[in-house]
Amino acid sequence: MNYVKIFRNGLIDENPTFVQLLGMCPTLAVTTSAINGIGMGVATTVVLIGSNLAISSLRKVIPDKIRIPAFVVIIATFVTIIDMFMNAYAYDLYKALGLFIPLIVVNCLILGRAEAYASKNAVLPSMVDGVGMGLGFTLALTLLGSVREILGAGSIFGFHLFGEAFKPALVMILPPGAFIILGLLIAGINVISRKKTV
Amino acid sequence: MGLFSIFIGAALVNNYVLSRFLGICPFLGVSTKVATSLGMGIAVTFVMTLASIITHLVQVAVLENFGIEYLQTIAFILIIAALVQFVEMFLKKSSPSLYEALGVYLPLITTNCAVLGLAIINVTEGFGIIETIVNSLGAAIGFTIAIVLFAGIRERLETADVPEPLKGFPIALITAGLMSIAFLGFAGLAL
Repeated sequence: MNYVKIFRNGLIDENPTFVQLLGMCPTLAVTTSAINGIGMGVATTVVLIGSNLAISSLRKVIPDKIRIPAFVVIIATFVTIIDMFMNAYAYDLYKALGLFIPLIVVNCLILGRAEAYASKNAVLPSMVDGVGMGLGFTLALTLLGSVREILGAGSIFGFHLFGEAFKPALVMILPPGAFIILGLLIAGINVISRKKTV
Repeated sequence: MGLFSIFIGAALVNNYVLSRFLGICPFLGVSTKVATSLGMGIAVTFVMTLASIITHLVQVAVLENFGIEYLQTIAFILIIAALVQFVEMFLKKSSPSLYEALGVYLPLITTNCAVLGLAIINVTEGFGIIETIVNSLGAAIGFTIAIVLFAGIRERLETADVPEPLKGFPIALITAGLMSIAFLGFAGLAL
């Protein structure tokens, strides 16, 4: 049915990170390890589903002129909830992600989906869109986090992959590594997608 | 910590774009020409400094006073959004030439995470009002330096012979990565 298409659209065809290039700040900042990538991805997904749900159900009530401030307040509410929730139940992750949890508010992915999708579509498709886009974002962050963790720390999800002789390239978990690995990943995806279309 | 070291720390050592990853969207989006990125830098400097002063006052006078710090995120983002609107309207009336120059960049600043991030950092670091102003100026100037330098490099890249899959965004990211390595050098500054 149609929902599969909406879902696939978010996950692969219009992947928010690799294709639309939205939400770059958290993507680059928190992906020093695979687990941080997943944590950020899941937190963003929850906010995205919640905001899409609320905005699509209120879409006929919110006046067009003040829609952006209204969306921002709705998003900020969900971000505050997830912030407190993580502080209570996932404290280590909360410490690791730090500043970037409140900054989910200004993640252009969420406002972008609110404006482009949830404000124009019914509740159920909007939620599916939120799940698809959120998982697409999580997938991208996990991939980037895994690559950086393998190269920069020689481990994945905290398990060491190589023997003692492996000297990890520390630069990969420092800021420059984020830019370079993401650039190469997108280039790689460009190569793959071009082969498909030709 | 002295004011000077706060300033240098914010502008160079912990550059907001290249080492804290705040404000990446405008950094990558508006950095195709030196002139436009300079405009963006000035607009950001203006809004950042004002926003951190106001959020600081609100934090102390309202949020802490009434014990509602958990509303910080909502309060700050509303302040920034409203402030950007006011600055836009004010400039339109009082200084049309400046409005012409900065106009297009102003709405974009609301979703610039560097502004909100800076406001939150100022609070978590426990800065007073003077330190807040110095830190904001440093951060904003650091942002401007980074975006203008980056735009300069991208102008040169336009004519470079880049391999097909790397064209556009990937090469820009790798360039930013190399710049970030250069900025890591400032970490050696003893302040």
